[in-house]
Amino acid sequence: MSSDPKLSAAALSPEEIARRVAREIPDRSVVNLGIGIPTQVANHVALGREVMFMAENGILGSGPRPAPGEEDKDLINASREPVTAVPGASVFGHADAFAMIRGGHVDIAVLGALQVSAAGDLANWTVPGAGKGGIGGAMDLAVGAREVYAIMTHLMKDGGLKLLEECTYPLTARGVVKKLFTDIAFIEFGPEGPLLREAAPGLTPDDIQRVSAPKLILPGPVGTYAAEG
Amino acid sequence: MPPEKTPTQGKVYPGSPEAVADIPDGAVILLGGFGGVGVPENLLVAMADHPARELTVVTNHAGFGERGLAVLLRQGKVRKLICSYAFHRSAFVFREIYMAGKIELEQIPQGTMAERMRAAGAGIPAFYTPTGAGTQAAESKEIRTIGGRETLLEYALGGDFAIIKAHRADHLGNLVYRGTAANFNPVMATAARITIAEVEEIVMPGEIAPEGVHTPSVYVDRVVRGEDLELRSET
Repeated sequence: MSSDPKLSAAALSPEEIARRVAREIPDRSVVNLGIGIPTQVANHVALGREVMFMAENGILGSGPRPAPGEEDKDLINASREPVTAVPGASVFGHADAFAMIRGGHVDIAVLGALQVSAAGDLANWTVPGAGKGGIGGAMDLAVGAREVYAIMTHLMKDGGLKLLEECTYPLTARGVVKKLFTDIAFIEFGPEGPLLREAAPGLTPDDIQRVSAPKLILPGPVGTYAAEG
Repeated sequence: MPPEKTPTQGKVYPGSPEAVADIPDGAVILLGGFGGVGVPENLLVAMADHPARELTVVTNHAGFGERGLAVLLRQGKVRKLICSYAFHRSAFVFREIYMAGKIELEQIPQGTMAERMRAAGAGIPAFYTPTGAGTQAAESKEIRTIGGRETLLEYALGGDFAIIKAHRADHLGNLVYRGTAANFNPVMATAARITIAEVEEIVMPGEIAPEGVHTPSVYVDRVVRGEDLELRSET
């Protein structure tokens, strides 16, 4: 987090963010997890909740990382990590995987973000300048999943804002982010704009507003943003 | 492998060099694999020894490390790369030649890439999709609002040759994949004029039950058996 000591002290760790996001996922959802903190979300969703994790390289029912030595060279997730297949899993090719994604059969895509706009535009695949990043499946997931959860730090390392009126980085998709989880706040996007739902312990709505470009709407009492509910 | 399990009739070629021998300069090649899994490693090695140049390669990412696709890139045999993910940190060979202006790049969303090949294989010349609307992927595309949603016109993407990997084939060319090693391979098999499949095991017709076939034989022209070269282990 930024040089602001109050914000830094309150910020959730990546693991705590992953735990908070895991709590938000409804039981029996089909979920695609992007690279980075989103991948960690799987570690915090209990098996009994019947959440199915799918990856765009062709698995529905991706399970925990296998023990060392138990890896199957033909079984990976979209981050190229070895995975297991849970009972009831299925595997398929890319055409089917993306028909699943683009056809609206995936309930939630949890994606890392670089910038999010007031209207819920998502920028997450590259930064300006030649030779950086890749599109991968991000544009398909952002448009095709029924809901998009975005995860990012609230500020850039140099203190620059990432929740903006308009994204300045190349877009992944327009108006798709439904829920944004930063290290200091949980913000939901409605037709009227970004709604501040939760702030990290010790932070006021004004603290969050100060580091957010769009006007944050306070729909009611702001809850405590924490790993455990 | 016992002799009765290595039929040389039908679509089975004696080796990878023979299977790629007629690929000409300028060919459009659909190359299977994702994340180092389901990659036709032996056919890529044969392509490195094969003289064809000015190739267009369609594949998910721009290669890992110094082996596999990176060898062809280094040899200057690829004129254009069509992929969904160009600048992974391990694709440093591609980055180097791209920055030197020696290769053309078309980067497209992964699902659009898969669907464009599915369309080619299914006789669909083009389709509209909301993926990429309002982004750089929309540049120079026809845009149409359908059902209140902005969509882009995307054209079918077929190839001259598909170079793919499966787990098992029979000598008629029926294919079976393992785990997540199917990835782009089945859709590419449908989208090329000639499909060359590298497999780990070749069995007699009938040994794969009809309902166990993943890619039906009609899509496959050549089959070769290959060893696991562990090209993926480099990066």
